[in-house]
Amino acid sequence: MAVDTILDINNIEVVYNKTIQVLRGLSLAVERGKIVTLLGSNGAGKSTTLKAVSNLLTLENGAVTAGSIRFDGGDTARLAPHALVRRGLFHVMEGRRIFEDLTVEENLTAATFALSGRGVKPKGFDLVYQYFPRLHERRNGLAGYLSGGEQQMLAIGRALIAQPSLILLDEPSLGLSPLLVEEIFTIIASINRDLGVSMLLVEQNASIAFAVAHYGYIMEHGKIVLDGPTERLTADEDVREFYLGMSGGENHKSYREIKHYKRRKRWLS
Amino acid sequence: MSDLLFFTEVTLAGLGAGALLSLTALAFVLIYKATRVINLAVGEIVMLGAYLFFAFAAGLGLPAWVAIVLSIAGGGLVGAILERGLIRPMLGENPISVFMVTIGIGSVVVGLVELLWGTEPRALPAFLGNQPIFLGEAYVSRKIAIAFLVSAVVIAGFVLLFRFWRGGVALRATASDQAAAYSCGINVPGVFSVAWIIGCATAAGAGILLGSIGGISPAMGVFGLSALVVVIVGGLDSIAGALIGGLLIGVFEAWAGTYLGGEYKIVTTFGILIAMLMIRPYGLFGTTEIERL
Repeated sequence: MAVDTILDINNIEVVYNKTIQVLRGLSLAVERGKIVTLLGSNGAGKSTTLKAVSNLLTLENGAVTAGSIRFDGGDTARLAPHALVRRGLFHVMEGRRIFEDLTVEENLTAATFALSGRGVKPKGFDLVYQYFPRLHERRNGLAGYLSGGEQQMLAIGRALIAQPSLILLDEPSLGLSPLLVEEIFTIIASINRDLGVSMLLVEQNASIAFAVAHYGYIMEHGKIVLDGPTERLTADEDVREFYLGMSGGENHKSYREIKHYKRRKRWLS
Repeated sequence: MSDLLFFTEVTLAGLGAGALLSLTALAFVLIYKATRVINLAVGEIVMLGAYLFFAFAAGLGLPAWVAIVLSIAGGGLVGAILERGLIRPMLGENPISVFMVTIGIGSVVVGLVELLWGTEPRALPAFLGNQPIFLGEAYVSRKIAIAFLVSAVVIAGFVLLFRFWRGGVALRATASDQAAAYSCGINVPGVFSVAWIIGCATAAGAGILLGSIGGISPAMGVFGLSALVVVIVGGLDSIAGALIGGLLIGVFEAWAGTYLGGEYKIVTTFGILIAMLMIRPYGLFGTTEIERL
């Protein structure tokens, strides 16, 4: 194989509570050093995919019942979530999930546990403060009092401390103003460029995701329906209409139109 | 003047007893902070610690300091076994179920101690000495003074540990958000084990002090109930709360016991509890959004 993949998800199925199937044969790959985005509507299973990779699924009574996930050449099935983090796979969870009653600095300290037993030298917090100067100003304040944007910066900052080779980013744009979204994504792109960290980015905001990603997957109802390099996806008529909100021309379509429904069907088959 | 002196002595005795309450409350807080489990068996672990000391010091005739180390280690071991065997399989279950399991653990420990050592109260071998200590003119029992000092040092140690040790951050992070702690590379099950080991070891240590002051009996686990009041007053997840709550309850119990009569001690304690639950249900220093008991 010519391409060096850091993450290889092969035909996985995920079931919650032994009854509810969420992923049905999903496969995707992340090439080393690249940003790959995973798009889809609400409830398509994007976050579940990320949790399946980081093994945080077990905390929510979910299980991968079929297929395999390989990270950096090794199977992830038997590894506890913290063990995976210590191998360089960092999951920035949806809704930021910072430790609210810890200070900013303590939040970063918590992430230093990701370096345990890896033989890498801790780089200190300067790198984080370099990307996010605002966190430096507020380093001794309680993280719960940060604004939404700052909390997202802290969540990404924690990932930087862990010196990962792959970051899973779950909707970093959630609940942020357009200006902040742009700021955060600029930083995400520059982290990828400067440090060579691979990223798997889950987003609702397709246009901003396409702006930073090299490759994209689109999923619906638990499996991938379309994938390709971002240039090709952004040129795709269906993607333009359903994900980028461009109707292609002046004749504005109504949701009632049957044609719309048919076209949506087409790519599912 | 002598009234004031008497009052001072009563207060000092109360502070000493309160320090022991704080130490026991600390065991509650440590376990609750990391695992969100209210461990009602803490009182029984206190009792078990005292009996272990009795077994090592009186039964095997070991020197006091060896017996102390062994009993505290024994308490930690019991904590590790309980966490691994009974609490971890309950992860993700309803908190009330876990709570009930700890009540069960308490009963089983009482039963085992009664089987092994019988039900009659015993005295621990004296190892703290008996010469009274005078603070100015006020008389303080030596044992109570020592209990106070030990508790103060241990609690101060834990406060510092939580502030400056990286593991303290891991404990607080785990308590705040388990999934996020995992995602930061924190070994969450490991943190659970450590919390139970340290918590139960602390309780066992408190048991040795308590037993050397008041003697031991399988029923001394009731002390855990007063300590539970302390944590509710101080705040379930606050070490400072355990300290201040313990001293507060200790002093009020001493005042009530002396000036109103012994039968008012428990009434006062639970009176404070009820008043507290009405005014600040999350305790003096507890996190506001914490579950209320």
